[in-house]
Amino acid sequence: MDKNSNAYTFIFAIIMVTVIAGLLAFTATSLKPLQDKNVKAEKMQNILGTIGVLGVSRDDAEVEFNKYIKQQLALKADGTVDTETNAFALSLNKEVKKDDNEQRFPLYIAEKDGKTFYVVPLFGAGLWDAIWGYVALDGDKNTIIGANFGHKGETPGLGAEITTDWFQDQFAGKSLLEDIEAGFIADNFVSVKAVKGGAKAGDDHGVDAISGGTITSDGVSDMLQERLARYLPYFKNN
Amino acid sequence: MAEEKEALFSKQNRALLSDPLNDNNPISVQVLGICSALAITVQLKPALVMSIAVLFVIIASNVIVSLIRNLIPSRIRIIVQLLIVASLVILVDQVLKAYAYDVSKELSVFVGLIITNCIVMGRLEAFALANGPWKSFLDGVGNGAGYAFILVLIAFFRELLGSGKLMGFEILGHKAKTLAESTGLYAMGYENNGFMLLSPMALITVGIIIWVQRSKNRKLIEN
Repeated sequence: MDKNSNAYTFIFAIIMVTVIAGLLAFTATSLKPLQDKNVKAEKMQNILGTIGVLGVSRDDAEVEFNKYIKQQLALKADGTVDTETNAFALSLNKEVKKDDNEQRFPLYIAEKDGKTFYVVPLFGAGLWDAIWGYVALDGDKNTIIGANFGHKGETPGLGAEITTDWFQDQFAGKSLLEDIEAGFIADNFVSVKAVKGGAKAGDDHGVDAISGGTITSDGVSDMLQERLARYLPYFKNN
Repeated sequence: MAEEKEALFSKQNRALLSDPLNDNNPISVQVLGICSALAITVQLKPALVMSIAVLFVIIASNVIVSLIRNLIPSRIRIIVQLLIVASLVILVDQVLKAYAYDVSKELSVFVGLIITNCIVMGRLEAFALANGPWKSFLDGVGNGAGYAFILVLIAFFRELLGSGKLMGFEILGHKAKTLAESTGLYAMGYENNGFMLLSPMALITVGIIIWVQRSKNRKLIEN
């Protein structure tokens, strides 16, 4: 057959693409369980990290996770618990696209050294792509004890700094409510914001934003504001 | 084909391995693959992993293209090469995600960028399409190693001078918040050079490597 004919070219292309597609599909399917396990273990490590359980290896993540995390709740918008949904299996990037009434809000209740902590998963938008994270609240559901963030494609050295210790450590000790006595109502909820130019000393609701990473920093502020507000009905009643 | 029987490691074949390490180095002489050389050389470990990944992709794609070189319709040969390279890269990515998750997170987008690494396509076009599988294999090993050599060299200096570490170990002592708590060189007031962590310094390091290489190797000096 003439190698330069159209027919040959088409046949060659078709065979080539079929073979390669088959090969890749086979590899992807057979490695999927291992990859999923890694992703799941990393999620557990992140959640544990916010309540101060650090240095857990991926192999031990599941054991440690079950040791500290006592309840995994999927909340409805009105603050009641949906017992039919597995909170851990919820993926926030799908949830945030749903209507408020259909969305479920995962909440992890942890116990460490006899104290209760609440871990809220976050999901929002940075400059280039999605950002996410976990924030752990003290037993009063008002004081942050730890936070960590992740991102898909923020600029290294600028927006990507949200994953570094110096940025994340700032959140510990900040509080969500203007006045804790006034309770968990929307007017009283101020969240925590990344302040451009640096938060003032003693500011309970501000952390230093990242120089050169303003849009990512604002993304973190918006994400905290939007996500945490959804948990107010639950926090109010429990 | 009336090819003469040639010893596996004839002088010509040995040159395929050794040339890319010095006289015809893909980075320092041909100045290909610079983008990845800038991006993942902040630390030694990702540089090593990237080198291994590129080595694998370049060898495998060279051999595959060489095996089917007489079947490939010349009109779509670039697309065919791209397809082969891209599938090999996806394979590497999937395997890393399953067996070396941390490394795969660190390399993230750069694994995908192997596809656009000009060294790989360059060798396919320039060599594998015209030579047999064994020679293409040697050429792949040589060029992959030449790339790896420079990459590791840059990463060595950048990690050492930029963060005072090698492979994540603190070589120059521990830097604490105060001078009194620091050990090693840091106790004497040594500071890491933060500039080394930024991409431009990789370019400058490449420049210095090229300079040193040319001053040693007279053949490379243009008139």
